[in-house]
Formats: sequence, C-alpha cells, structure tokens
Amino acid sequence: MKKIISIILLAILGMFFFNIVSAINFGSNIKKGSVSEHYIEKGINENRGSNLVTSIVVNYRGFDTLGEVTVLFLAATGLSFLLFSCKCRREFDKVISSLVLRTATSTLYPLILLFGAYIFIHGHLTPGGGFQGGAVIASGVMLLFMSFRNFNINHRELSTIESLAGISFVALGLAGLIVSNSFLANKLLPLGNWNALFSAGVIPLIYIAVGFKVGSELSGLISDMISSTKED
Amino acid sequence: MAELLQYFMIFLILLMIFFAIYAIKTKNLLVSVIASGFISLVASIVYLYLQAPDVAMTEAAIGAGITTLIFVIAVRKTKEKEK
Repeated sequence: MKKIISIILLAILGMFFFNIVSAINFGSNIKKGSVSEHYIEKGINENRGSNLVTSIVVNYRGFDTLGEVTVLFLAATGLSFLLFSCKCRREFDKVISSLVLRTATSTLYPLILLFGAYIFIHGHLTPGGGFQGGAVIASGVMLLFMSFRNFNINHRELSTIESLAGISFVALGLAGLIVSNSFLANKLLPLGNWNALFSAGVIPLIYIAVGFKVGSELSGLISDMISSTKED
Repeated sequence: MAELLQYFMIFLILLMIFFAIYAIKTKNLLVSVIASGFISLVASIVYLYLQAPDVAMTEAAIGAGITTLIFVIAVRKTKEKEK
C-alpha cells in the first residue's frame, strides 16, 4: 500500500515538473523585453566586464551572492560547532603517505594556490570567479592535509581572514548605497577599459573578497573534519 | 569532428549513469564514494562541452575534490561496510 501511494505521489510530482519544464521550449530565443535580454544586450557596456556571467552574479544579482556567501558561512559554522562539541582529538596516522603524493604535493601546491588566485582576480575577464578560486585554493590545502600528517592550520588567522573578507563585501555594498542609491551599485570606481585588469569598477574587488572568504571557509571546514578524525 | 565529440559526450553520460548505479549497488562504502567522485569529474567534462566553464571548474574542485574527501573522512569515522 505504501509503495502504491509513493508511486502515485511521484507521478503527480513528475507531472507538475513536466508542465513547468515543457512551457519553456528547448533552445528557444529569450522573450522580448525580458530582464535577461537587458543583461545580454546592455550588461557588457554597463559594467565593462568581459565575462558577462560575473557581471550578472556580482552586480545585478549581487544581493543573491551575499546570501550564498552567508549560507556557506552558516554551514561551515554549524559543522565546526557540531565537531567542536564531540571533543575528539587529532590522532596522527601511523602510516606515512606515499612518496609520490608528498613529492607531487610539494611541487604542485604553490601552483594550485597561484591558479586559484588567478581565477578570482581575473573573475571579470575569464571564466570563473570567487567561488571557483576559493574552491581551488581549498583543494590545494586539502592536498597538504592529505600528504603531511603534522600539517595544521591556525584557525584564528583563518577566521580573521574570513571575517575581514565578509566585512569588505558588505562595506563595498554599503559604499554603493552611499555613492549611488542602491546596494552594491557599481559607481564607486571608474569602469575603465575593455579587457584590462583594472576595469569593471568594484566587481574584481568583490570577487577577491569572495575568493578569500570561500577559500578560508572551505579550508577551515576540511581542517575541522580531519582534526576530529579519531581512530579506535 | 563535431559528431565524434557528440558521440563521446553520449559515452560519458552513459558512463556517469553506470557509475551512479554502481555507487548504489556496491557494498563497500569507500568504493561508492570514489564512484560518486568519478561521476562529478565526468560531469565537469560534460559541462565544459556544454559551454559552461565556470560550472565545470566548480564541479571539478568541489564535487570531485572536496566532497569526496569529506565523504572519505565520514566513512572512516563510521563503518566501511554496509550492512
């Protein structure tokens, strides 16, 4: 009986989803006068960023990005709270990681960090941005944790970096509110030229802040997970 | 050339479906975690083909890297075998 009810519920849910999805023709042109048309036609000129995705994510939908960063922050805080309350101590493994992993990590780690920094500094020019760069940096830190068993991170420094980055994101938004009359308005700095590193107003600054925040948050999350691992 | 790439993408998607079923069916949880990390890695290639390089980057770094490590740690903290 339970199975029949769940199948019927699934069918009803599937029908609703099918109705929603089938209303949009696959690969069809956008509607005239919609907001996405404005983004595609005027977005590049209004923000002078070569990467249109970034100027949508950071400028037009900047408030959503602030919400996303907050959600990630809350998730990391909740995880560290849960793991802190179990009071496990890091017990170092008896086995040392393989020579291949250690050698590869010590060669690749600075390059991975450099690549992550490149991604979020050039977020307004090339694909990628703060979230991607932060994730790449955190994966470099993850390699360090995997290969060197005595490696540890100073959590106080990490949380200082994270808070400063979050504060600077909100401060840039409030500065936009002061200069123009909307939150996160891109009027604070001159827009600059096409394809230049110093262009697109405050967008690169915001993405650098997001990159630092996401990188330190994910590194702290990995460090929390690994340091609470207990062998018994 | 474009057609060949399309067949390759169909092969990758079939591979993803195969590994998804394998991740559910296998009894060893560590193997299951590795299989789901592999799905993320293949998905990032498919995203690159669909001209979404930002999403591909996120998927490769978070889906294949960090999530897999977190699941491996979680498996190590609990039991490795499914009952």
